[in-house]
Amino acid sequence: MRDAIPVYIHLLRAKDLIDREYARPLDVPALARAAHASTAHFSRGFKRAFGETPHQYLRRRRIERAKELLRETELSVTEVSLEVGFRSLGSFSAAFREVVGESPVDYARRWRAAGPPPIPGCFTLMYTRPVESSSFREADGPRPG
Amino acid sequence: MITQLSHTTIWVLDQDEALDFYTGKLGFEVRTDQRMDDFRWLTVSPPGQPNHELILLVPGPPMMDEETAEQVKALIAKGVLGPGAFETDDCKGTYSALSERGVNFLSEPTKRFYGIEATLRDNSGNWFSMVERTGTSPS
Repeated sequence: MRDAIPVYIHLLRAKDLIDREYARPLDVPALARAAHASTAHFSRGFKRAFGETPHQYLRRRRIERAKELLRETELSVTEVSLEVGFRSLGSFSAAFREVVGESPVDYARRWRAAGPPPIPGCFTLMYTRPVESSSFREADGPRPG
Repeated sequence: MITQLSHTTIWVLDQDEALDFYTGKLGFEVRTDQRMDDFRWLTVSPPGQPNHELILLVPGPPMMDEETAEQVKALIAKGVLGPGAFETDDCKGTYSALSERGVNFLSEPTKRFYGIEATLRDNSGNWFSMVERTGTSPS
């Protein structure tokens, strides 16, 4: 485990890059560079450290950021989809429904009626990213880059 | 009656490097840096808050056996530990200044119902919120 710690420190740079710049087209080579890792080893190491591939992590981060915009702004669903890095409304809506279990329109309507929850944003960032479910099909998602 | 929280432990990977980060990058002040045998009691806090000290502590024996210490270090390095939230009088300005000094941010200054907030990491992997309060308290 001792040898793993320097690796984790580098991999965390790539994970932080996703959290910060999720709206940009991020590809595996760019993320691997941020982690000082070879492209071949990067995705495997990332999954070993954080439990999911960088592609899965990025996709769920985008969905989580979209949930926040749907809760807390008046942006349209199309605007939200582009704002978090999806290329089309169709791919966003399908991914959102699959991960969250309801359509972005329904989610926004529900939360905008209730008002945003009184929970600090840093905690929703850290703790409300959707986790893997059995119905989750990565192959359908937008590819990074 | 308990009146205040005065000390908080921040687990770090290396005390010298943590000291450089918290004083050199964040601008905190050293409250105590005292060695006794192999133990180093090292505390820092923001200049305006001398009554709450952050204890910069490295996991290790005899408090923890080596195996446990390595597990805690792995958690730190994976970035899962978030010890708390800092306050600032100027979130955007501080974000810019700290970014220029090489501090890693997870999120840029964003307007929240309680203020303007950014999220940063220390050099070990701990994450912190940094808030400029403009509204009601989140707590």
